[in-house]
Amino acid sequence: MSEVDDALIRVAGLTVRYGAVTALDHVDLAITPGMFLAVLGPNGSGKTTLFRCLLGLAEYEGRVENRARRIGYVPQIKNFDRSFPGRSVEVVISGIIGAWPGPLALRRHRERACAALAEVGADVFADRPLHALSGGQLQRVYLARALVHGPDLLMLDEPAAGVDRAGEADLYECLEGYQARNPELAVAMITHDWEVARHHADTSLLLDHSVLAFGPSAEVLTEETLRRAFGHVGHHHDLGVTT
Amino acid sequence: MTELFGYGFMQRALAAGILAGLLGGLVGVFLVQRRLAFLAAGVSHGAFAAIGLGLVLGVAPFNVALPAAVALGLAIAWLRRRGLAEDTLVGVLFAVGMALGVILLEVSGANASLSAFLFGSILAIGHGDLALLAGVAVVVGGFLLLAWGRLTLVTFDRELAQASGLPVAALDYAFFAAASLAIIAAVKLVGIVLVSSFFVVPAATSRLIGGSFALVSLLAAFIGAATAVAGLVLSWYLEVPVGALIVVVQAALFGGVVAIRRIAA
Repeated sequence: MSEVDDALIRVAGLTVRYGAVTALDHVDLAITPGMFLAVLGPNGSGKTTLFRCLLGLAEYEGRVENRARRIGYVPQIKNFDRSFPGRSVEVVISGIIGAWPGPLALRRHRERACAALAEVGADVFADRPLHALSGGQLQRVYLARALVHGPDLLMLDEPAAGVDRAGEADLYECLEGYQARNPELAVAMITHDWEVARHHADTSLLLDHSVLAFGPSAEVLTEETLRRAFGHVGHHHDLGVTT
Repeated sequence: MTELFGYGFMQRALAAGILAGLLGGLVGVFLVQRRLAFLAAGVSHGAFAAIGLGLVLGVAPFNVALPAAVALGLAIAWLRRRGLAEDTLVGVLFAVGMALGVILLEVSGANASLSAFLFGSILAIGHGDLALLAGVAVVVGGFLLLAWGRLTLVTFDRELAQASGLPVAALDYAFFAAASLAIIAAVKLVGIVLVSSFFVVPAATSRLIGGSFALVSLLAAFIGAATAVAGLVLSWYLEVPVGALIVVVQAALFGGVVAIRRIAA
């Protein structure tokens, strides 16, 4: 299993329980350099919980081996407080220093932050206040923040949420462009949209508490597996039990 | 106007007003941005029970209220993390603290004025009170200065701060403890009822003006101190209670900025 040996992230038997609810049930998974992984599943299927485990933010049973030097993380922007008095460049610098920058840090790290914004075509609004940005623009600022350290794994939680269709298409183009320039970068992305997964991700994980399917997108995203994952929504919630 | 500050009690009131204004502004920007504007009212009213207890025990009321307020702040932080809404918490604290305080004040039989606790007595600030306030300012101000960038990142986006490896829970507890300490220290000056204005209005005003969180923080501290001085000076000439006048000055400035922004927009 040579592809597993160079894995950035290897997950085995990952289980998360919240009281009587099992959010994740014996999940196995490997993320390798250069992979573009789409994580799909119905609402409440454990996708975000899986990400939280990979980021070390949730308690779990099982094993998560993390060999990534740096993980860049792009959270959902729909929870973002638009009244916050800040500018794009400050968000990116907060990714460099792990704190919100004051005037000194702003001067010191500005150049590097602007370079990261330029990587995602967002340098033109470096000094724009956050409340004046569209959802798509804000998403790019967060992306620049995640990329500023040159991560070897980039994780995105539903980058399409709160972004219009055009902004979403731009974002994927931007991501693919960045990955083409940095072929070792692995991308893991939570999405609801299997068309997006089919077009952009080489690998897909279909999750409904346990792994329904994991492998090349063309094999995972078949009518049959998708019906298993999404078709029962609203009827029955025990289908996640592996056969 | 110089003769006004020739009096010792006015000098102490000036120093105390400036310190409380600075603290209120600096703490307030976080409270307002985090939608915790009611915290000051909750902690101050809740701590009234401790003031009453101090009177019953025959010790200086604020020696009991100070640790009690910090404990209240920590308890609120703890309950919030367990999903209890802070407006509910503050609502409970507010009423229970006052009820217990009034009962204890009566039981103590102390010859203490309820109105001094409710509305403060900035002109009656002694050297000891000022030293205590200065101590609180050093501790709380020092903490805010050291942790400003991290607290701000948590305020901006909690999840992002967590994923960046910040100890979000520890920062929460430290902030609630520091904020409560500053709030109870300011109660001595402007009283239980009026104190929340110091922790809300200058910060709310500066948010309307400042374009960055750093600038908003500095402006809030400045507005807090400047309005305290202005209220103190005006009260000398108008012969009305200082604490109440400072609050009116703060509110007038806030209203003025809102109006100017409306006209300019």
